Amino acid sequence: MLRYFLKRLLWMIPIILAVAVVVFTLMMYCPGDPAEIILGSEATEEALENKREELGLNDPYFVRLGRFLSDTFIHFELGTSWVTGIPIADSIVERLPRTMLLSGITLILSFAIGVPLGVIAAVHQNQWQDYLCMVLALVGVSMPNFWLALLLVILFAVKLKWLPALGIGGIQYYILPAISASATHIASAARQSRSSMLDVIRSDYITTARAKGVPENKVILKHALKNALIPIITMMGTQFGKMLGGAMIIETIFSIPGMGTLIITAVNNRDYPVVQTGTIFLAIVFSFSMLLVDMLYAAVDPRIKAQYQNKGRKKAVVKKGAN
Amino acid sequence: MKKQKGQSEFSRFVYQLSKNKMAMIGLVILIIEIFIAIFANQIAPYGYQEIDPTALRQAPSAKHWFGTDEIGRDIFSRVVVGTRYSLSMGILATAISSVIGIVIGAIAGFAGGWTDNIIMRALDVIQSLPGMLLTIVMSAVLGSGYFNTILALSVGAIPGQARMLRANMLKQRKAEYIEAAYSINCSPARIIFKHLVPNSISANIVGMTMGVAHTIIQAASLSFIGLGIQPPTPDWGAMLSGARAFIRKSPHMVIFPGLAIAITVLAVNMLGDGIRDAMDPKLKK
Amino acid sequence: MENTTENKEFLSVKNLKVEYFSGKTVVHAVNGVDLKMYKGKTLGLVGETGAGKTTIAKSILRILPDVGARVVEGEVELEGKNLLALKEHDMRKIRGNEISMIFQDPMTALNPVQRVGEQIAEAVKLHSDLSKEQCEERAKEMLKMVGITEDRYYEYPHQFSGGMKQRIVIAIALACNPQVLLADEPTTALDVTIQAQVLELVAELQKKFNTAMLLITHDLGVVATVCDEVAIIYAGKIVEYGTKEQIFHHPSHPYTLGLFGAIPDMADDDIWLHPIEGLPPDPTKVIEGCAFAPRCKYATDACRKGEIPAVTTEDGHLSSCINMKTVLRKEGK
Repeated sequence: MLRYFLKRLLWMIPIILAVAVVVFTLMMYCPGDPAEIILGSEATEEALENKREELGLNDPYFVRLGRFLSDTFIHFELGTSWVTGIPIADSIVERLPRTMLLSGITLILSFAIGVPLGVIAAVHQNQWQDYLCMVLALVGVSMPNFWLALLLVILFAVKLKWLPALGIGGIQYYILPAISASATHIASAARQSRSSMLDVIRSDYITTARAKGVPENKVILKHALKNALIPIITMMGTQFGKMLGGAMIIETIFSIPGMGTLIITAVNNRDYPVVQTGTIFLAIVFSFSMLLVDMLYAAVDPRIKAQYQNKGRKKAVVKKGAN
Repeated sequence: MKKQKGQSEFSRFVYQLSKNKMAMIGLVILIIEIFIAIFANQIAPYGYQEIDPTALRQAPSAKHWFGTDEIGRDIFSRVVVGTRYSLSMGILATAISSVIGIVIGAIAGFAGGWTDNIIMRALDVIQSLPGMLLTIVMSAVLGSGYFNTILALSVGAIPGQARMLRANMLKQRKAEYIEAAYSINCSPARIIFKHLVPNSISANIVGMTMGVAHTIIQAASLSFIGLGIQPPTPDWGAMLSGARAFIRKSPHMVIFPGLAIAITVLAVNMLGDGIRDAMDPKLKK
Repeated sequence: MENTTENKEFLSVKNLKVEYFSGKTVVHAVNGVDLKMYKGKTLGLVGETGAGKTTIAKSILRILPDVGARVVEGEVELEGKNLLALKEHDMRKIRGNEISMIFQDPMTALNPVQRVGEQIAEAVKLHSDLSKEQCEERAKEMLKMVGITEDRYYEYPHQFSGGMKQRIVIAIALACNPQVLLADEPTTALDVTIQAQVLELVAELQKKFNTAMLLITHDLGVVATVCDEVAIIYAGKIVEYGTKEQIFHHPSHPYTLGLFGAIPDMADDDIWLHPIEGLPPDPTKVIEGCAFAPRCKYATDACRKGEIPAVTTEDGHLSSCINMKTVLRKEGK
């Protein structure tokens, strides 16, 4: 298990480097002259040329790439924003936790609310509970999170004045962002949970459990749910990327100074070093989360665990008992 | 023989789908939207750029059904014309990503070995960026505009489609009917295109409909944060972006474009659920 | 030895009718079945796929799916009490304890994410006041009894082969020393060599605990080795019922005769087997007369009308064929 974990951790290094190369290269093709972005459109041609030389923009691609990679990954020198002049490292340290907090809350809420809803729907298949949950979930997955956020602001901040409309501070500042970021994911967790519960409930081992005399609630919670969790965890893993992305949009609405506002403002201001480094950091965070999901997977499913233990990435050879 | 079988399979699918009420409601909504998109200029009572300086940020009325925006444009007309953007962008971006994804997945799945390895690692790299972030970056690189935005939106969906097809192809490759096809001397090309791809692709088709819904939301998010489609183009997301500043005094500006997005996505999802149920023999009862 | 109990049936199924429904279509799976099971004896329930065999077993244990299945009529009596009228809470005490079931497909019958030992221990725990350690002890005992070393208690189902999994399924079923065992094609999914082992194991354990057993199968060879009595089921109805000797030596229903005709006979010079022509009837339709009539070469107009009465001979051999005499004459028996 530990070996597999370490192997995966090592494997992240080339992936992240490749992400860095790709992002760096993409940023080179972004429209706009960096020198002009920094100095403004009134700068003289001479000043611009000096700035380009200073930034090393006149060097060949590979020299610039090499410099960028060694600065970022060896010297941990992340540079400064072209527009604000603030060191990027400081911005990330300040902002990353907020984005993580918002996506973390989203993850917890979608699991804690979505899964029970899905289970209730599956257990009451084709009854009113099922229809109610599934109609709500369908509306939930169809609602753009930023629109929901705006509606919530109109209702709770503007009309009722119960909660602040924007900014950061105490827990009340996080209520509306958390709800609007989570709604879609609660809904899709409920849909996934329902369908995997239905799959599991029909399987033979559930009949076996009933035939043993296991009480119905225990059949559902102990036998069925643990099996149904496997596809639910897979889905939540892939959803976490969307949760991070969604959190970025929600931040801009509530003016939460997180990675989302950082990167989106930077993109709109053509502040490319910020976009570049911010993106790479989010990729690192995301890769770690995916690794955690895989580990969680192994904790739930002994078959996966056996795969990890036996061969690392390769498929497990099922141990055959002698007959 | 072959064709007949394909047809009956397809007609069974159509029959299953047509029995699904939710899917049919979704389909009807989408057909109406396509109709509105085509005849937008005839339906809209005002030009989408037409400014009425005497009616700024007016609440909905008989004259302006959805009210007017901050420079006196009719929101109903803008929502009607905006129908052209959301749905078509969702469909086109998903079509592009699906075709590319399916081709890449088919190559990886059939070639195996090093080719497969390289493709899969490249997909790993793309997928280590959260989808929305990738779309934002791609949009920054490609710039704004209709087609550039479609391209930016499609990149993020390629790995999912490719992986899905590859995984199903690997499963199908082990199936006995493929062995049977080999045993009667089928050529590899025939096996790939006549047997492997058609039998592996159903998950991709289901993925596509869900992809359209997701892409519509992404496109709207993109123009909402000021990338992608730019004002004064009446894209729904861009309209919401403009309306944000007036949320305290003129909430009607926020409600209608968002409602339009939500209804479109809801319709696509309803149809998508129906397609999934009609295609999945396991759920058939 | 058990002469006193032998004459009294231990579990009896009376006029059982079960339907499956989905939307407007109703499947008449079981149409009035009577069965009697005795302690220490094995009743074979033989029929084609879809004849309603598994449904009968699941109805006895009341584990039919909640959605889409219902027992329309009938009684299941265990020592005089009607199981179908019990409260769910009381029924649960019977499941896995007094009556337990061995399932058809060992590959899917075990919970993939629970250790096999725990799956056995859970059954023990549910029906006794034993401590966790004692349950574990008992589970290990059961593993040994079915021929699996107790150190495999902590392994998961994917680490066992099909035959081993079926042994575990049997261990779960027998963990509480049930008085009635419903074995639903316990060997169908297994290799022939392992089939024999598993059957032997089940028979041995049955003898040891003096269990009443219902053996569901479509394999007449298995019936010949294991059963004391045999019921032949067709389209949800018992068409012939008697002791093994009666059924094997004096089959009297055309369907039973057909089943025997479909077995290759080494002593016979025939090149061809004699399969039963046609297909079982559509279970969604209510059948007038004898369900087998459309496939029966002896069928007359009388066969297609009204209720076909079951005729029981003096020695308890039941057959529901109105043309039995003609059939027997023509078959030369």
